[in-house]
Amino acid sequence: MEKNAGGSFLLETADPDDIFTPEDMTEEHKLVAKAAEEFLLGEVAPVIDDLEAKKEGLMPQLLRKSAEVGLMGGDIPEEYGGMGLDKISSLIITEKVPLGGPFAVANVDHTGIGSLPIVYFGNDEQKKRYLPGLANGELIGSYALTEPEAGTDALNAKTTATLSEGGKYYILNGEKQFITNAGYADIFITYAKIDGEQFTGFIIDRDSEGLSLGEEEDKMGIRGTSTRSLILDNVKVPVENLLFKPGKGHVVAFNILNIGRYKLGGACVGAAKLALADTIQYAKSRVQFGHPIADFGLIKEKIGEMVIRTFVAESMVYRNAGLIEDRLKDIDMTSPEAGFESARGIEEYATECSINKVYGSEMLDYVVDEAVQIHGGYGYIKDYPVERYYRDSRINRIFEGTNEINRLLILRMLLRRALKGELPLVQAMKQAASDLLKPSGLRQAPQEGMEMLESLTENAKKIGLLVAGAVYQAHPDDLSEQQELIGMISDIIIEIFAMDSLLARVKKMMKRNNGEMPEIPGAIANVYVIDAMMRIERWAKLIFAAVAQGDVLRTQLSALKRLTRYMPVNSVALRRKVADRVLQAGRYLVS
Amino acid sequence: MDIIVCIKRVPETAEADLVIDGTKKAIETDDLVYSINEWDNYAVEAAIQLKEAEGGTITVISVGPEENNEVLRRALAMGADEAIRLTDPAFEGSDAYAMAKVLAAAIKDMPHDLILTGVQADDDGFGATGVALAQMLGLPYAALVTDIKKEGDTLTVHRELEGGLEEVDTLKLPALLTIQTGINEPRYVSIMGIRRVAKKEIAAKGAADLGLSENDVGLNGSMSQIEELFFPPVGEGAEIIEGTMDEKAETLVKILKERGGIA
Repeated sequence: MEKNAGGSFLLETADPDDIFTPEDMTEEHKLVAKAAEEFLLGEVAPVIDDLEAKKEGLMPQLLRKSAEVGLMGGDIPEEYGGMGLDKISSLIITEKVPLGGPFAVANVDHTGIGSLPIVYFGNDEQKKRYLPGLANGELIGSYALTEPEAGTDALNAKTTATLSEGGKYYILNGEKQFITNAGYADIFITYAKIDGEQFTGFIIDRDSEGLSLGEEEDKMGIRGTSTRSLILDNVKVPVENLLFKPGKGHVVAFNILNIGRYKLGGACVGAAKLALADTIQYAKSRVQFGHPIADFGLIKEKIGEMVIRTFVAESMVYRNAGLIEDRLKDIDMTSPEAGFESARGIEEYATECSINKVYGSEMLDYVVDEAVQIHGGYGYIKDYPVERYYRDSRINRIFEGTNEINRLLILRMLLRRALKGELPLVQAMKQAASDLLKPSGLRQAPQEGMEMLESLTENAKKIGLLVAGAVYQAHPDDLSEQQELIGMISDIIIEIFAMDSLLARVKKMMKRNNGEMPEIPGAIANVYVIDAMMRIERWAKLIFAAVAQGDVLRTQLSALKRLTRYMPVNSVALRRKVADRVLQAGRYLVS
Repeated sequence: MDIIVCIKRVPETAEADLVIDGTKKAIETDDLVYSINEWDNYAVEAAIQLKEAEGGTITVISVGPEENNEVLRRALAMGADEAIRLTDPAFEGSDAYAMAKVLAAAIKDMPHDLILTGVQADDDGFGATGVALAQMLGLPYAALVTDIKKEGDTLTVHRELEGGLEEVDTLKLPALLTIQTGINEPRYVSIMGIRRVAKKEIAAKGAADLGLSENDVGLNGSMSQIEELFFPPVGEGAEIIEGTMDEKAETLVKILKERGGIA
């Protein structure tokens, strides 16, 4: 297994030196963050209400203007008029765009799924034709995958493409829906089946004859973005606009979604920091019973937990961006093989991308929910931005693949790597199962400090392997039917990636702190790892009980007991300490 | 035309909860966010606009630790050509006069037709460094400048005075101007700009490089020093209205109505 290979987090402990953490940002990264922030606060934040009211032409105008400061073409190579930013800089921008409210979704849609299919899978001529415009704001991109009858089941698309007589065009017919940016997009990246069979990507220009749009959807949240359906009625698409290769649309579609997924995780981290800042200010200024409500334990408990989950998600997304950057940075984006090579690189981290999507979106839903709660009745009223944060957050668990399909993918993609021989997962599952029979094979955890946290995280990995092995053994032929069990296994795997990324980051901080555990990150690590172990223990019990009985079950449960033995920490005091720190700083600040 | 702009990196204090540190002469700055001093940002933009119209070079100078490279590089990304950072432990504790000596020592041997500074700094608010620097370099100066026109070697500037007055002056180059906010609309820093200057060297110079001794700078070289920093006690007759924004507004309206301030 290669160092830092996709999925390796499940089998080994990360070396902090190999992991990118937010503390590793360079001066250039910080300048990029500030530049994005200044533009968003200066130009977009003041007009969020107008965006929400769908003021005609405002969103495309802001998108095009944001290209002047470089917010539209970060991931587009320099050779094609973009900036070819590293994946960290690009994630930093993604984390900042929520400052612009609904602008975030419009921008991330354009820079991600609206442009990247051409960046990674377009041929040189397509790149020359479209990428400079997408980078400089002349063109706004959008992505049309979902159909009325084909949502999660994307390959079941009904849209067809038929080669015209003379072979100059494909004639496309069908309907795509829920297309972000549809109302002002200049190009649509879409998929159709050639002769009803070969699922294939196409780039369609806005002014194509036969192309029309449905009505604006009246949405719960992200009301400032345009969401319409795309109707294709005998649309002539030049054969030059076929993306990648006939019948290889799924390679494009799924790999691009992987990138979209971890970027979404980054946007959720940015949005959580905003909600926290508003909530901290409110809790400090709202006086009840003669005290700011920030003085009360139940409020501190919420704020502490909001910070903890934000910090964990932040550790995860930056780690993932670092992994993908390392894998893709040496690919020559002008080579005809760039598409295949990129796809391989991105696919390697498909599990991690899905984890970031699920964790980020559920973290944000928790954070905005508590943000509304701390605002009390005012949180339910439109005068306060948390009302919008709450509505805008909900879509994140649905788009870019629902969290349910992503949970199924987390395990499926790991098993696929294992079957290809790229990850010794099956061997590790067998090893964990045989260790289970000899008591000496499972050492007891140290009782405190980083050693305890590391040892618990190692145990969590063993539990993950044990439950996956047990389910795999019980259902060799009908594993994919066991969705509830796969869901819980994936929940455990998500927690493992969370714990592992959190500890790698805190260990890196310790190294820079003369080996001492820094106070607040240390408190976060203690609270989180113990909480995660409790959740993991519960899922593992439920999984074992669903696949075994009698003595086998008893053996499994006793191993589980040994693996989850630890001295609890005083989470109440630690969470207060975390809350007090951000209340003092007035914003999300962990140092 | 060779332009030099002096810029400062300052903590954003307007909306932060400030804490006075153990020395009682400064605030705790660990949790604060730092930015370029607002007035200086207008000065950088003014310099870039002059360069775009007249040609020439722009050099930005900042006094302070390595973190100051952030504001210097920001100015480079906006369009400045060179950046110099003046740094030495001996500079600590300098007042506006000593700070002007540091800047003058660096600038005197550099070609300069025009020197721009902000009117004042957001953190210490001396409002004196620019004009002291002009004195030391023997340059004509104008403060609170809100408009600049150049014809030959003459500048015509507008100055913003109290009572809504605006004054028009002419100065011969070389000269120094302290720039008021609102003179222009500073451009946003672009990520393309940041990328362009990412590798650019920023020279650092210490007291010895500038020919300054320890007695010239820091507390020794200053004409004033800070005695104490404190939050004024809540006075008599003032009422602090507590609550959320809405509650505060409601209470305020009620009080104004009761006391006849509004109908």
